[in-house]
Amino acid sequence: MPLDHPSSNDFTVVGTRPVRPDGVDKVTGRARFGADASAPGMLHGAILRSPHAHARILRIDASRAEALPEVKAIVTRADFADGLTGENWNILENVMAGDRVLYDGHAVAAVAATTQLAARDALDLIDVEYEALPHVIDVDEAMKDGAPVIREGAADASVPPGMHPNVVRHHESGHGDVDAGFAEADLVIERSFKTAAAHQGYIEPHACLAQLGPDRKGEVWCCTQGHFNVARTCAALLGIDASQLRVTASEIGGGFGGKTTVFIEPVALALSLKSNRPVKLVMSRAEVFRATGPTSSASMDVKIGMTRDGRMTALSGEFRLQGGAFPGAPMEFAAMCAFAPYNVPNIRNIGWDVLCNRPKQAAYRAPGSPMGAFATESVIDELCNELGLDPIETRLKNASREGTRAAFGPKFPRIGLVETLEAARDHPHYAAPIEPGQGRGVSCGFWFNHSGETSVSLALAEDGTVSLSVGTPDIGGSRASIGMMAAETLGIPYEKVRTTVADTATLGYNDISHGSRVTYASGLATIKAAEDTIDKLCGRAAAEWGIDREAVVWENGHAKPAGPNAGDFEPLSLAEITSKMGRTGGPIAGHFECTPEGAGVSFATHIVDAEVDPETGATGILRYTVVQDAGKAVHPSYVEGQFQGGAAQGIGWALNEEYIYGDDGRLQNPGFLDYRIPVASDLPMIDTVIVEVPNPGHPFGVRGVGETSICPPLAAIANAVSNAAGVRLTELPMSPPRILKALAESGDG
Amino acid sequence: MVEVVLWGGLRPFAEGKASVEVEARTVGEVLRGLAAAHPALKPHIDAGVSVAIDGRIIESSLTEPVGAGSEVVLMQKLRGG
Repeated sequence: MPLDHPSSNDFTVVGTRPVRPDGVDKVTGRARFGADASAPGMLHGAILRSPHAHARILRIDASRAEALPEVKAIVTRADFADGLTGENWNILENVMAGDRVLYDGHAVAAVAATTQLAARDALDLIDVEYEALPHVIDVDEAMKDGAPVIREGAADASVPPGMHPNVVRHHESGHGDVDAGFAEADLVIERSFKTAAAHQGYIEPHACLAQLGPDRKGEVWCCTQGHFNVARTCAALLGIDASQLRVTASEIGGGFGGKTTVFIEPVALALSLKSNRPVKLVMSRAEVFRATGPTSSASMDVKIGMTRDGRMTALSGEFRLQGGAFPGAPMEFAAMCAFAPYNVPNIRNIGWDVLCNRPKQAAYRAPGSPMGAFATESVIDELCNELGLDPIETRLKNASREGTRAAFGPKFPRIGLVETLEAARDHPHYAAPIEPGQGRGVSCGFWFNHSGETSVSLALAEDGTVSLSVGTPDIGGSRASIGMMAAETLGIPYEKVRTTVADTATLGYNDISHGSRVTYASGLATIKAAEDTIDKLCGRAAAEWGIDREAVVWENGHAKPAGPNAGDFEPLSLAEITSKMGRTGGPIAGHFECTPEGAGVSFATHIVDAEVDPETGATGILRYTVVQDAGKAVHPSYVEGQFQGGAAQGIGWALNEEYIYGDDGRLQNPGFLDYRIPVASDLPMIDTVIVEVPNPGHPFGVRGVGETSICPPLAAIANAVSNAAGVRLTELPMSPPRILKALAESGDG
Repeated sequence: MVEVVLWGGLRPFAEGKASVEVEARTVGEVLRGLAAAHPALKPHIDAGVSVAIDGRIIESSLTEPVGAGSEVVLMQKLRGG
């Protein structure tokens, strides 16, 4: 799809900041989230979870629970489809354990009862006999000879012979000759890094209401980033037809990638099928931590060579990520993204996907990229310090531009990295003085962005207003941005458009709201659906005027004769045409279905100031600036919000957030008291700069913005903290004990 | 003929080659051609790949045209959060 809007100066609605359509509902409590759904005769579900990190299930006896009068159904793995393969099998195995539990919190059985209390009480009456097995939690330990084997035969064909069975996927890419590149360098630094598993920390726990009858027709209401995917996956796991399952997405209290799969929806459906009653399931916060998908933890080695004048000669990295007890850790994205910002002739990156006895990882904003950036940008910072080079000028000297061969293979089209670096360099933040004991850090970050299957419908009402139906749950203000693009295209006020997230029975398939794709892909489809509608509106005007369709143009919300030769007719507004559409050919609606292939990649540059208290190891973030290429910011406030949100989550990941396991392999901190996400008092005002280098693959130039903002923070903060502390921090989170330990080991503590 | 550049991890499945020439006018034909020329690549292609054509990343469409002089690079399948 070409960039077909001539100039950003021509926009009327795009680029403004109208009131968000869901604002009143959310601040008054009227918005309906996953747990707000209810139905007559509804039962409450609860899930029994493993107390072991790894164990064989010898026996499940639910007879005592079944004897309770309040209990209406109990399900185990036997109540789901068999014969599944590939990712469907992985998801089912995660949703309900088979013959072994693979992590602390793995589901073993589920109950539906007339009250939530009764359902939970019934869990205590289900007797499960386990045979405990050895477990492994750390990614490096899991790769060693003698480590407990989590699943024999799980490796795919990419894994070279001789690796431990826990190594299930391998990636290698790059170009040039890294050995020759390192020989060319004046300084080579190699470091090892580790990052902890962090949770997306969405405020709303997973919740759903499911109904599935003996006719094998059903409905699900749930909080999800992708209700079409819920329908497809649940249908596979229950052995029913996807079209017989209608799924409606609720308002969503955060997802960040963590709600791109299913955890409880298939369980609620299985309970409903068995009880023939609607079943509601709502996770507790502890269940969210123990049994949904945090991000991977990572262990990485990065080596970079640089000349005295700051030219990088070679980049080499090895990225080992564990994704829980299932394949899928995004090691290839850590590897491909880590070096993407730089134009270096010699690059080698290697990735390993490793199984551990932890919950199945789920996506978390630009999965893999933040870890890779942390390792790479930390080494670049150290090289700049050693060589006395300015960190932004050095990055500019090596920056990827249009035509640069990317670390992952192809040459970049038009990209905006240089523009973000120049804007960061010229920002007052970069020139502001810092005090002793404080440090400044800089980092770049990269993410691909995604497109995906998309389907949109746009219907006109008699009064000239617009009902726009999209299939991508609104996780970041997309109802506003997509409605704005419809208004822009139709030439009507934004307030005349209402955008609704339609259910799975209403539209063609829509991919999940992930990969920063929604404003790009649903926006593109909306523009095309609006153009489809305009074509029909012009046709009605042409018929009324008795001229050819081609002689009518659409301008500023009106049908007009294309020129003097077309005739002399008063322009007809959209509302004038729709007011009589029932008598001029029937209702007018437009639609568009596509898999667009032009999601532009995105870069960001972050600047952070931090201070470290050497007595306590406590860290404070003093100032933070995000500079990112948005292509075209449709609703700048939402874009700024995405920038700030990524930075805030990155601050938590860098400084405090961490899955902590005991020697028994059980998660020790499944709650917000012990798993510390940043609160407002932890954060400075996060300044934002929107760079706009249009994406040629979108009619208005839009690039996704939701994920790139979390790529630089881990590194930028680590660089700031390291410069403040005077010692290089190589393990996240940089919690006070780790900082004190690093200071002590450096002799400064 | 179209020259398709493989990522490093795929080279052992293409007799060590860094690139493979196939007769193709679309992305679908590129992938079919690769699997036919080197059957050991098929499981990797079936697991999901993206194809960059002159720097433009094609995530899934098999019908995207591929010009004879285009730079074609095979990439891991993209996903996101």
